[in-house]
Amino acid sequence: MDAEFWVIQVFNGISYGALLFLLAGGLSLIFGVMRIVNLSHGSYFMLGGYVALTVIWTTDSWVLAIPVAALTVAVVGLVMERVFLRPLGFDPLRQVLLTVGFAFLFQQGALDIWGGDSLDISPPEFLTESVVIGGVYFPLYRAFMIGVALAIGVTIWLTMEKTRMGAMVRAAVDDSEMARGVGIDTSLVSMFIFALGAFLAALGGVIGGAFLGVYPGLDFEILPIAFAVVIIGGMGSLGGAAVGSLIVGLADNFGKALFPEVSYFTLYAPMVLILALKPTGLFGRE
Amino acid sequence: MLRRLTTELPRSFTLGAVALGIGLASGPAGAEELRIGFLAPMTGIFAQVGKDMSNGFQMYLDEVGNDFAGAKVVFILEDGQGKPPVNVRKAEKLIRQDKVHMFIGGLLASTGYALAPVSTRLKTVYIPSVAAADDLTQRQASKYPYLMRTGWTSSQPNHPFGEWACAQGYKKIVTIGADYAFGYEVVGGFQKAFEDCGGKVIQKIWPPLGTKDFGPFIPTIKDDADAIFTLMVGPMSLQFPKQLAASGNKKPVLGGGTSYDEFVLPSMGDESIGHYSALQYSAALETPKNEAFVKKYREKYGKVPSYYSETNYTTAQMIHEIMKKTGGKWPGGEKFVQMLAGLKLDTVRGPVHFDELRNPVQNVYIRKVEKKKMFGFPDAELWNVVVKTYPDVGQFWKYGKDKFLKQPVYSRDFPPCKYCE
Amino acid sequence: MSERTKILIVVAALIVLLIVMQFASSFVILLVTQALVFAILAMSLDILLGYTGLPSLGQAAYLGVGAYLTAILATKYGFGLGSSFWAVIVLGILLGAVTAAIFGLFAIRASGVYFLMITLALGQCVWGLAYRWNSLTGGDNGINMPGRPNFGIDLAHDMTFFYVVFGFFVAALAALYLLVKSPFGRSLVGIRESELRMRILGYNTWLHKYIAFIIAGAFGGLAGVLWAFLNGLVSPEDVILTTSVDALLMVVLGGPGTLVGGAIGAGVVVFLREYLSTLVEWWQYALGGVYVLTILYLPGGLMGIPERIRQRRALSAPAEQAKAVSVSQ
Repeated sequence: MDAEFWVIQVFNGISYGALLFLLAGGLSLIFGVMRIVNLSHGSYFMLGGYVALTVIWTTDSWVLAIPVAALTVAVVGLVMERVFLRPLGFDPLRQVLLTVGFAFLFQQGALDIWGGDSLDISPPEFLTESVVIGGVYFPLYRAFMIGVALAIGVTIWLTMEKTRMGAMVRAAVDDSEMARGVGIDTSLVSMFIFALGAFLAALGGVIGGAFLGVYPGLDFEILPIAFAVVIIGGMGSLGGAAVGSLIVGLADNFGKALFPEVSYFTLYAPMVLILALKPTGLFGRE
Repeated sequence: MLRRLTTELPRSFTLGAVALGIGLASGPAGAEELRIGFLAPMTGIFAQVGKDMSNGFQMYLDEVGNDFAGAKVVFILEDGQGKPPVNVRKAEKLIRQDKVHMFIGGLLASTGYALAPVSTRLKTVYIPSVAAADDLTQRQASKYPYLMRTGWTSSQPNHPFGEWACAQGYKKIVTIGADYAFGYEVVGGFQKAFEDCGGKVIQKIWPPLGTKDFGPFIPTIKDDADAIFTLMVGPMSLQFPKQLAASGNKKPVLGGGTSYDEFVLPSMGDESIGHYSALQYSAALETPKNEAFVKKYREKYGKVPSYYSETNYTTAQMIHEIMKKTGGKWPGGEKFVQMLAGLKLDTVRGPVHFDELRNPVQNVYIRKVEKKKMFGFPDAELWNVVVKTYPDVGQFWKYGKDKFLKQPVYSRDFPPCKYCE
Repeated sequence: MSERTKILIVVAALIVLLIVMQFASSFVILLVTQALVFAILAMSLDILLGYTGLPSLGQAAYLGVGAYLTAILATKYGFGLGSSFWAVIVLGILLGAVTAAIFGLFAIRASGVYFLMITLALGQCVWGLAYRWNSLTGGDNGINMPGRPNFGIDLAHDMTFFYVVFGFFVAALAALYLLVKSPFGRSLVGIRESELRMRILGYNTWLHKYIAFIIAGAFGGLAGVLWAFLNGLVSPEDVILTTSVDALLMVVLGGPGTLVGGAIGAGVVVFLREYLSTLVEWWQYALGGVYVLTILYLPGGLMGIPERIRQRRALSAPAEQAKAVSVSQ
């Protein structure tokens, strides 16, 4: 295995990590603000891909499909939070089971609406090319995924740091009771964060659709990996989600390439260790 | 939908009975009724394949009005979800609750291995029309007297394919195949035949079943290979050629039949043009029988039939043939298997007869993905154009039954990768 | 209702089940046996969730180790197919306990939502090994069992096997009932209500939770052994996240902290998954619907319904009396 192998594997790992960041960033924020273990997060990812396909079939526009899919699913998330999760109050177990119930409903619903085909989202032609640098092929689409994740990451980071909403969110993550005490509407913050989380997951679904495909069962396949990211990176921390995505992306890539027999174990075992040593994850706040 | 062919009355009756915890055995079904259980994934990753399977069978039933020589066919479809344990539980239900005469289907090779013991345990005919696990009709055949295969063994088309690869002048090949029984048997069959005619498999890569991101695997493919042999299943088939092309691959690509099956072909991009594969069927087979079948199927279900459709259509036809001989009477499981094993039939895929271990002997087609117009359809589409036919290929290829059965079943470690470093 | 009446009702229900099963078709026998195996798993989870307040998202792991142990012993060593069946039962319980003892070291430190997450991760570790460690577990193919044990009594006969599973179910129910009624069980409930208070009172709460975790693992392992023999196939599908989540639903649906509730929940979920799915295409809507409706409208589970009715009556009774008085005046 020469340098070329390592370069391309690192690139692949990072680009996979970029996709994971879109998927798991929202999950981490939701967890940080609301302490909800959202098992329907994988469904948002899948629904994002399906809605995007419908948009592409009707308008033939990939560019349009991205915002439409993400916004549609954000609304779904918003309704779920307002109508079902909010009334439950803080009860981790019941929240988990409620989100699982919705995941089953979404799965069957998607099968009824879009059928069982294994579908694929085709990005514009130029993104399917590859760039050759020093004899190594770099698929442009993977570079595009990294670009999107960077842009989204920076945008959210700026929002969190510079805007009033961001300040409210940060306060709610740090100590939601204190935040309520100083007059922050934490209910509004929760709604915003839940919708944002669904938005990001769906965006990931559209971007990832060209890369993983869109098919029934994608939801539960992607879900445990999202949790790995959140757990390793730390719950409720955007920076943590970024680092967690990179670690999982690289670990998964190299695990599969180098130790195929125990590849999933190499993914989940570090997760257990980190949780045991620091229950809030590497970058989570106590 | 699922159960449109069973009548409403018995259903509510059995539901009530189960609710009470009392199942009233309805006694053996009457001679005029042929009860057929069908297992296919209706949900999950393989839902579309499952639909192709049941559509094929259903189309034949519709053609004959559910009438097999006077016997009324009751077709009971169950969703196996593509998961072996679920298939086992549904098969138990079909046999115990619905008292079926036989059950058909099961998609994955692993499902075939899981279902065969059920047929022996509950003494019910099992026809794996798709599940291609080699050993069901090879080393373990004697364990499963009620099993009758109408499809193929995984390695069957890949023996001639290996020889064909030699004839193309390939010397070194890298294989990349889904990491489970079916993958081992397809790759193993190809490797065995290819190395027996002088080729060398220099690397074997096993991505897990269901892999969509081939990023970790593609860069490990060795540079000095002349060609790549792939074996993909379900959604994997769609992603691999694309990602391989994006990685700058220029090597010729060969593949197991499912890598380019018609169920994914319409969704594939032009990057798969020129790839070769081997199977006992192609929708582009230019015979009058097949042309009629493709046209009719497409009209009915809006898509080109895949081998999953064809093999189940043909299975239904074969069962019908046997029922014709018995005058619509169910001959009993053992007799049925015996009669079916003696059948010779001209089918959509070509002439088929069976060997002594109850596996079909049939044509194997080497197929090349091309974009063209066929059968008078208006658009240029991707088709598996047949470039060579190997007639009368059995599961033991040229090795002979006894010699072949002495070697172990193809696995991750067999044949050993002698030329790997 | 007094404790005695409750026990009598349960015993009567079990006897009715035994009688009804004499008339059941072979498919119903199979379904009920499945439900009983899952009932053992659900009751083991109830010790954690209902009595100790620890919601585990990884209970399928213990079912998995028990089942894989059974399959590996049977296929590689031909062990467990005769009277050694009983040894496999003991080994399965032990392996479940040992696995839980290891996992507990990681998990017990955490509480609430972090406990959910770490048990999820531990469950996924077991799944990952089952799915990819081909040489041991057969990977995606899983392992086919060679058959059920025969030690003079042939368990291949479905009704016989039902009696065996029924026996284990009753034994597990009795053992767990004695456990929760013991001083140890009462301190678990104390921890559920207020861990801080128990700690101040001088209890080693970590150790109590750790032991409860191990006991739950042991019964999970037992369920795994029976599961392997029942299905004749052990596959990574048995260990997936959904199995763990289903076990949670069984407990919450039946009523946490009641033991019997878990068994009833197991019956309902098995009916939905295994029987309704053979009748209708939309069974997943029903399953999802049960999840959502249970959470929204049945906080105490099915076992909590009588209590809720009584409360409602108690509330409305004085009002009616008042009405009666006003009318008479």
